[in-house]
Amino acid sequence: MSSFNVRRIRADIPLLQREINGRKITYLDSGASSLQPHAVIDAMSRYYELRHANVHRGVYQTANEATEAYEGSRAAVALFLNAPGGADEVVFTKNTTESLNLIAKTWGADHLAQGDVVLVSEMEHHANIVPWFQLREATGVEVRFIPVGDDYRLDLTKLDELLDGVKLLSVTAMSNVLGTKNPIAELAEAAHRVGALIAVDGAQSIVHGVTDVQELDIDFLAFSGHKMLGPTGIGVLWTRESVLDTMGPFMGGGGMIADVRVDGFTPAKGVARFEAGTPPIAESVGLRAAVRYLTGLGMENVADHDHELTVDALTRLESSFDGRVRVIGPSDTKDRGGVISLDVEGVHPHDVAQVLDQFGVCVRPGHHCAKPLMKRFGLAATARASFGPYSTTRDTDVLLEALTSAVSMFG
Amino acid sequence: MSNLEDLYREIILDHYRSPRNRGELPSPPAHKVEGFNPLCGDEVTLYLDVHDGVLSDIKLTGHGCSISQSSSSLMSAAVKGKPLNDVNATIETFKQLMTGHESALTTEEEADEEVDLRTLGELAALQGVVKFPVRIKCATLAWNALRQGLDEIANQN
Repeated sequence: MSSFNVRRIRADIPLLQREINGRKITYLDSGASSLQPHAVIDAMSRYYELRHANVHRGVYQTANEATEAYEGSRAAVALFLNAPGGADEVVFTKNTTESLNLIAKTWGADHLAQGDVVLVSEMEHHANIVPWFQLREATGVEVRFIPVGDDYRLDLTKLDELLDGVKLLSVTAMSNVLGTKNPIAELAEAAHRVGALIAVDGAQSIVHGVTDVQELDIDFLAFSGHKMLGPTGIGVLWTRESVLDTMGPFMGGGGMIADVRVDGFTPAKGVARFEAGTPPIAESVGLRAAVRYLTGLGMENVADHDHELTVDALTRLESSFDGRVRVIGPSDTKDRGGVISLDVEGVHPHDVAQVLDQFGVCVRPGHHCAKPLMKRFGLAATARASFGPYSTTRDTDVLLEALTSAVSMFG
Repeated sequence: MSNLEDLYREIILDHYRSPRNRGELPSPPAHKVEGFNPLCGDEVTLYLDVHDGVLSDIKLTGHGCSISQSSSSLMSAAVKGKPLNDVNATIETFKQLMTGHESALTTEEEADEEVDLRTLGELAALQGVVKFPVRIKCATLAWNALRQGLDEIANQN
């Protein structure tokens, strides 16, 4: 792990120097949003200070530079994902949610009709459920769910039956509640076997390990910049060029057209037709810096670090509270990432999070936009701690100290 | 830690652990009203019996955090058996207690209208909540449901 030094990473992140309630911040909410290193913040500042202009328009120097910066970010993302068609397959959106909506509202609306099935899973974020319900209202497609077993993993025993009539399998690569990593390559093979495409919600997985779209053999990948050390306001939809070419435009406006006349319009070719209006230019610069930073760390190293933290945290949580703190997620740490949902006996998650805040510990209480999953396990909410590349076992120390206080306060 | 102890006072933890007036009333004749906080999933259901201008009985069910559940329990103890005029006044005073913090930030005039905590009795224990703005909605959940329920009863008559 020569290039991975967590102390150096922590020194790169200004927000980790903050104090909350007299204690150094213990940031355990990377599943909601990650923190940014100086490299990302500075890249965006330098862009605004030196190069900002609108893209794809002007002929002057800075306009060319801004366009090169924006398109360069697209190429950097394509490389990060090992996209077979390169930058022409990378659409910039606002976030994962918009990317998934884009699939439903363009590809879905164009290719699916009554009688077709969209297969999702019970562990999806609302962003990978509601757009399909909306498509159901518009077209009459069926939305079907892969159940989640008592081991907090997808129950794939009846996958063949579930795949009957499926045109699209849309599934998360890593649960934002359970930490479960799903067997995406296996699911892609199964989907393709019945002639369906597979879309992957990579919001969590993108920063917890290597994502190689060719190795996984998937058709769509959606993720957000701000969960991978980049800025808010930019997301990515990757799709293979052969699929992208069959999709109609998304929002209407400037930049997405080839021609506009009084009697109608012709959409632009390529990724441009999904990017109406001024795009997130500075954010793309920040995202490129984040990709460079993560590549420098090595995503294998990031995954190994995440795994070590997860094993350590699960072991200590298991042995520390006489069963009063239950982990809602797989205890088997194979194919499991550093998202740890907790159910504390007799203490509501909002109260857990409130007590933890007094220790400077940032966790997320709530249903995590996964209400069907919560219902599956009879829970209204959990308190969720989630790791980033900058997390350490020291963060877990403080988490345990704060949890001890919460348990005794409500004892 | 002083803020946290201010939030989770012993009275609050006591009402959370042993909620008062827990249960249901046959509805009808009792009026049933639900309060729901979609963001955190907190729920409270109130059963209200009003006779001759008096809130003669109140029962409640629900689940949620210590603040929402203790506030509903404290509320039920404070308003049960009281004339509606007194109940209305208590609701107003409580809401004023919860918004006092915000108004202090907006206008000096409103900030001067201090809530007389003595009129609130045990409910005053909830004043620590105003230091935690995101928790105010937890504390007011049952009270908004009570206001709604009483308005619905008034409109029926």
